[in-house]
Parts: sequence; C-alpha cells; structure tokens
Amino acid sequence: MVLANQEGNFRTQEFILNMGPQHPSTHGVYRAVLTMDGEYVVDAENVVGYLHRGMEKIAESRTYTQFIPYTDRMDYLAAMLNNWGYVLTLEEALNLEIPERAEYIRVIVGELQRIASHLVMVASFGLDMNAYTAWMYAFYDREKILDLFEMICGSRLTTSFMRVGGVPNDIPEGFLPKLEEFLQRMPKRIKEFDDVLTGNEIFLARTKNVAPISGEEALDYGLTGPNLRASGVNFDLRKVKPYSIYDRFEFDVALGENGDNFDRYNVRMEEIRQSLRIIRQAIDQLPEGDIMAKVPKVLKIPAGETYGHIEGAKGILGFYLVSDGGTKPYRMHLRSPSFINLGIFPKMARGTILQDAIASLASIDIVLGEVDR
Amino acid sequence: MNNIKDVAEGLITKFGTKVGLSEDEKSLVVAAEDIIDVLQEIKENTDYTFLEDVTAVDYPECFTAVYHLLSLQDGQILRVKANLDKENPQIESAVSVWNSANVMERETYDLMGIIFTDHPDLKRVLCPDDFEGHPLRKDFKVEAAPRQ
Repeated sequence: MVLANQEGNFRTQEFILNMGPQHPSTHGVYRAVLTMDGEYVVDAENVVGYLHRGMEKIAESRTYTQFIPYTDRMDYLAAMLNNWGYVLTLEEALNLEIPERAEYIRVIVGELQRIASHLVMVASFGLDMNAYTAWMYAFYDREKILDLFEMICGSRLTTSFMRVGGVPNDIPEGFLPKLEEFLQRMPKRIKEFDDVLTGNEIFLARTKNVAPISGEEALDYGLTGPNLRASGVNFDLRKVKPYSIYDRFEFDVALGENGDNFDRYNVRMEEIRQSLRIIRQAIDQLPEGDIMAKVPKVLKIPAGETYGHIEGAKGILGFYLVSDGGTKPYRMHLRSPSFINLGIFPKMARGTILQDAIASLASIDIVLGEVDR
Repeated sequence: MNNIKDVAEGLITKFGTKVGLSEDEKSLVVAAEDIIDVLQEIKENTDYTFLEDVTAVDYPECFTAVYHLLSLQDGQILRVKANLDKENPQIESAVSVWNSANVMERETYDLMGIIFTDHPDLKRVLCPDDFEGHPLRKDFKVEAAPRQ
C-alpha cells in the first residue's frame, strides 16, 4: 500500500489480507492470512480446522466396521482410496488373505478414483487461472467415473464400498462395457486437455518456474504423492512396496524435474494415463471367484499396533491403529497427506504475486475434509 | 542397515540402554530426553530418512509419542516411541531434524496436549484457539453441545 505523508513523500506499508475461509479459490473452508506488500505475498499463514469433526475421537466409540463410512468423508474426492487404506490396515492387523477377484475389483475402482481425483485437480487448477473450458472438460469425464461408481455401489461420492475381507458386491451387469467405453474415450479426451492446458501458452507462462520445490525441500517438508514426484523424487508405494496386487501390473512412475506448478500438474496428467494402463491390465487379468473372505460378524483385532499405508490420490494415506483386543480401536490416528502437504504452502507463496499463490495452492491439491478430519 | 533389529543394535552400541526394542519387537523405545539425538542418528545413518507421521497415544500409565519413519528405498516403516510423564508430557521438538514435524507436532499438541519444547510455533491447529482441553485424551468426555 502506498501512502503519502505530509511532506508529499511516498512510503509503502505492508498490509494483512484475509483469504477465505469462504472463497472459491481456497477449495473448501481453508483460510490463509497473507501479509502483502502491494501485489506480492511477504508471508502466509495457514488457518485450518473449520471442518474438524474429531474423526480420531469418533473412531474410539465405533466398531471397526462402523468406521468405514467415516473414511469416505476424509478425502471426499477419493472415498474409494480411503476405504481401501482403512480396510487394508485392518486386514494387516488380522493377517487376513482376501480373494483374488476382490483384489482386482479394488484395483479397478481404486485407480478409477485416482483418475477422478486427479481430474478435479486438473480442472480446478485450470479454473484458478481462469481456464474455464478445462474445468468443464475434466468434470465431464469425472462424471462418467461417478456413474460407474453408482452402478457398482449405488453411491457416487461417499462410496463405503470396501469391507474387511473383500468387497460387498460383485461387478454388476453392464459395468464392464461401460468401463470399456470410458477407457476407449479417455485417450482422446486427454489429448483435448493437452490442447486446452498443457500446450496453452498462457497456461505455460503462468505455471512454469512458479513456486519451484526441490526434491530435498519436498522431503524435508514431508510431501508425498504426486507433489513429491513432481520434485523429481522417485517414490511411489505401489512400486516401491507393492501392496494388494500392484506387483502384477506394468506402469511407470510419473516424475517432474523442477517441482514447479507445471510439473505438479503434468505429473497428475501422466498418472491418469498410467492409471488407465493399470485398469486395462486388471480387466484383462480379472479372475472368477469369491469376493469376500470368511470374516467373523463381530470383528476383534488382536491387541497391538498396526500401521497401514497406501498411495492415496493426494499422497501417502496412513492409518495407525492401537488395539486393546476389543471391538473398537483404543486409538486410531489418521495420517492425512493433504494436511502435511499444506505445510509447505507458506513457503511456496512467499515472494510470489497473489494470483500465483492461489495457483500454487491449487497445485498441491488439498481437500479440506482430509486436512481437518 | 535396514532391518529393525540391526537398526536397534547400532543404536544400542551408541546410546546404551536408553534405546531398546519394545516387547513385540516391532518398535524402538527411546528415552524421551534423547529423542532428537536418536532421530538425527537414524536419519543420517540408516535408510529411514523420511518422517512420515508424528502422533501420540494416551495409555493409562503414560503418554507415548510415536514417530513413523519411512525408508524411501524399500517403503518399510520404523516406529520410534518415547514414553512421557502422565502429569507433564514434554518432549523436544523434531523440527530441527525435519520441517514436516512442524504441522504434525502442532496437531499432536492440539489434540493430545503433548508439549514439544523448542517448537517454533506451538499453538492449536484444528481446534479453535479458545478451546479448552485436549480432545483425544481419554479423560476428555464427548458430550452434546448445550442447546442455545
């Protein structure tokens, strides 16, 4: 802010700008307190917790099965993956083998969910830079994925699809042809995204070399998932320590070079392509058989500690379970990737102009349901 | 050096009896006052270089701070625990080792009331600033809000 004093000399003064919690560019009820010098961000502070529902406390008073629907409401753009991470942790604690067919169905819906989540990121990242077409395009395809979910479990967002020991429903009639249609269309659609975003001169000028994060910084700040890979660190749990049946699929780990906003976008575009590859292989290998293992009606987890984690859409999604041998967890801690990824935002925003800070926030792809839990 | 027993052996030769394996042999138990030295040592000399998670558990006899460290080579997890005093749960902050500890420790302070000394900005993060108590403690009872 430029002020004139009595002698007519101009001086500048920093001012505080409040962004959110009710603002479209904050992607939910997130608030940033920005210290501004004109257009430039001098400092930023994250203010979160507006959506805090105390899920870890709730978990202590629910049985293991009752908590599955709560996991939907963490990262509500990737409910399938949350379900998966949770039941996988319990299966690890119970030392439970689940039927092959169930594993394949999980991979198919899990990777579809990853695509849906990345499409939302691509769409809203574009929208935050006024690329409205990209938003409409990506949401059209996400809609098709939600239709598939509706076919398989009756729900589009809060799926609660997975169970300890497998999945509750087999693939319904008509699902595979619809999925085939989706797999056929997606490569053409990705080309269209490339036309409106990846090759768009304005988009490139706005994203290249903006808010770069080096690999070292990314590790120091605990970034995981696409944000970490955008900084050139080759770490994907599906590859490094394959859980479920990920060792049976061929896919590449998408990597960025500079860790700038463009790389964070581009890594997600590449991951969409790789997820399509995985789904294709999973359909080809899909075996017949059971979809649920034999699991007692009332689950009791042996006393002890378990830490289960999967490669979620936003990063490593972890569940730390302490059991005292009863039907409810003694303590359940949720390692939320969005919450930890958000920790680097003030550093990214510092020294950039406000519009770029908003794009940087979109580039780390947070979901407030998961940040606040 | 990646197996938890090898890591434990290496640390025991360096730190003596202040480091040990837990009963189920799945976690390292460290004396609270040595936590930063041990974490630093693990980060520098083993594969477990990435801090994945910090949290705490409220046991009847003590609070336990729990650190999950990740190996980027093979995706294995090393769990490090430190038992804290029930009346005055305090432990040194790991922000000097990993910046990511900043937000995770704030969350643990907010919800469990563990004081991380030397933390640059230890204040509530998920609960409102004027919130009383620490909700994840076992003596915190959940009840319906009074009707307005």
